[in-house]
Amino acid sequence: MKKSKWFYSTPYYLWLLFFVITPVVMIFYQSFFNIEGNFTFENYQIYFTSGTYLKMTLNSVWYAFLITLITLIISYPTAYLLSKTKHKQLWLMLIVLPTWVNLLLKAYAFIGIFSTHGGVNHFLEFIGIGSRQILFTDFSFIFVAAYIEIPFMIMPIFNSLEELDPSLISASRDLGANSFETFRRVIFPLSLNGVKSGVQSVFIPALSLFMLTRLIGGNRVITLGTAIEEHFLVTQNWGMGSTIGVVLIVAMFIIMRLTNEKKRKGGPLSK
Amino acid sequence: MANQTIIAFENVSKQYDEDLVLKDINFEIEQGKFYTLLGPSGCGKTTILRLIAGFTEATQGNIYFEKKRINDIPANKRKVNTVFQDYALFPHLNVFENVAFGLRIKKMSKQAIAIKVKEVLRLVQLDCFEDREISEMSGGQRQRVAIARALANEPDVLLLDEPLSALDLKLRTNMQYELRELQQRLGITFIFVTHDQEEALAMSDEIFVMNAGQVIQSGTPVDIYDEPINRFVADFIGESNIVEGNMLADNQVEFVGQSFECVDGGMRRNEPVEVVLRPEDLTITSPERGKLVVEVDTQLFRGVHYEIICYDQAGNEWMVHSTKKAKVGSKVGLFFEPEDIHVMRFNETEEEFDARLESYEEE
Ligand SMILES: Nc1ncnc2c1ncn2[C@@H]1O[C@H](COP(=O)(O)OP(=O)(O)OP(=O)(O)O)[C@@H](O)[C@H]1O
Ligand SMILES: [Mg+2]
Repeated sequence: MKKSKWFYSTPYYLWLLFFVITPVVMIFYQSFFNIEGNFTFENYQIYFTSGTYLKMTLNSVWYAFLITLITLIISYPTAYLLSKTKHKQLWLMLIVLPTWVNLLLKAYAFIGIFSTHGGVNHFLEFIGIGSRQILFTDFSFIFVAAYIEIPFMIMPIFNSLEELDPSLISASRDLGANSFETFRRVIFPLSLNGVKSGVQSVFIPALSLFMLTRLIGGNRVITLGTAIEEHFLVTQNWGMGSTIGVVLIVAMFIIMRLTNEKKRKGGPLSK
Repeated sequence: MANQTIIAFENVSKQYDEDLVLKDINFEIEQGKFYTLLGPSGCGKTTILRLIAGFTEATQGNIYFEKKRINDIPANKRKVNTVFQDYALFPHLNVFENVAFGLRIKKMSKQAIAIKVKEVLRLVQLDCFEDREISEMSGGQRQRVAIARALANEPDVLLLDEPLSALDLKLRTNMQYELRELQQRLGITFIFVTHDQEEALAMSDEIFVMNAGQVIQSGTPVDIYDEPINRFVADFIGESNIVEGNMLADNQVEFVGQSFECVDGGMRRNEPVEVVLRPEDLTITSPERGKLVVEVDTQLFRGVHYEIICYDQAGNEWMVHSTKKAKVGSKVGLFFEPEDIHVMRFNETEEEFDARLESYEEE
């Protein structure tokens, strides 16, 4: 029995070893070498002392925060309504469908829509506001990023709402709560786990978006993702690129910790 | 206070899509009594509770609470509380907060809530469990939290949907006593749902036997046990021997080719009927002294009694509950009193049944 268990899980462990553990170790290792290939801590020193990198980090966190927030604000009500509609699976399918389209294609589509001669500007002209710069602004960057991340936020929230035992809602009504109180005291707290995994799966990728910062943000928005790309592909400073990678990995763990923490003790949400 | 109608159903029907799950239900619930809805799975027991609690709407008919029609009053405005079949405790709240839920909605003060929660938890014997998480409670304890949560709101009527079905036999019997005792102490009306007939007989003031969306018979446990209206009720409530017979005259019934004295009447002459004899009303004697002669076929030891299966010459099966052993294969006599014979007419409605009972009992 034991043997067969090992046998079947081997592919998984191999996958883990080659595609998760090895790359992480390599990034970690690389981060201790400077551009000349000498062992050094100076990458970290530079990262934590130079204003540019810290500002870039703050920038990334800020944008990721905004993207997550906006995604959440849009996704929660959507997931909630979705869990109440009749043809859930169909609607869900329509929401998930865009994730099958390549990111680059979506980015180009938005370039078309937002460009000076694109659909939006045509419309603005038509209603008399006049055309303006939309592409290469913070707005367009955050808009497109949120658009891309929304399905990843809706899915876990929707699932947590679906798992919610309907008799809990009956119980809440039975005990005198109106719809709003029921939402506040029962539905929302119990869907919080979905919100947490949604935040995890949006915030972390949002920290390192680089394609969008380039194509939609027009390089005006510099995030850690852009910096990594720059270091690996342009300046060839793999050491520095890896250092930023390590910082991102650490940030990822911190966020996982933060979002998983509160679950342990019940109670505090009830006040 | 007593004998006041608190809930009434008037021609209530409920339809889900094409399915008519409740058919023209009429009944009255009096204040302060313990009612049981008893019936097989899917007969509409939960649906009746849901209609009273306000989780679903009647397709037709009126539901009254203290003389006021409540069909359109939402669940959160009704003075009834429910103990759900699966308890439906809030997993994100601890025991204290679960019980306090309704009180917080009412915006009671902190101290008042603390006092009330302590009080109801003591009532269900869970004094020191306030800070426990729901996941840390056993099935029986959860059930008591669910009762405490409902009671904290001081409802006029408590609805309990098979609250004991998940418990083991011993705990279940204990909880039956506790629930009954609690109901009598608080004087609240209980409407209790179960498909366990023993539970219903043990706990209720009044039982509604249901089948396929209809109330087949209602009455006290003794009434229903002793005077089942038809085969379904006789079969569902306790074990029974049911044979076909003929009503020769009042107090005279014929079955298995013999004529017996009985205490039923008010039927047509020679009307075909069904006759019920309870296994515990039959005693085994010698063939000469028995009213019926049967042959012992099998015997099972059931703990409190032997369950003995016999056959008469006509091939009818007779189940006997006896504390004494019988010899398998031997011929024995069965003895019973006239009042042990329960005669049932075919297709008699409850009103006709009650009217007939009254007419011949007055004589
Ligand atoms: N929401 C619903 N939609 C459609 N049919 C339903 C719904 N709820 C209940 N029913 C049907 O109504 C009938 C009665 O259901 P109900 O839950 O009242 O049965 P019950 O007597 O409580 O049974 P049990 O002892 O198994 O709990 C069943 O046939 C059930 O399939
Ligand atoms: Mg039920």
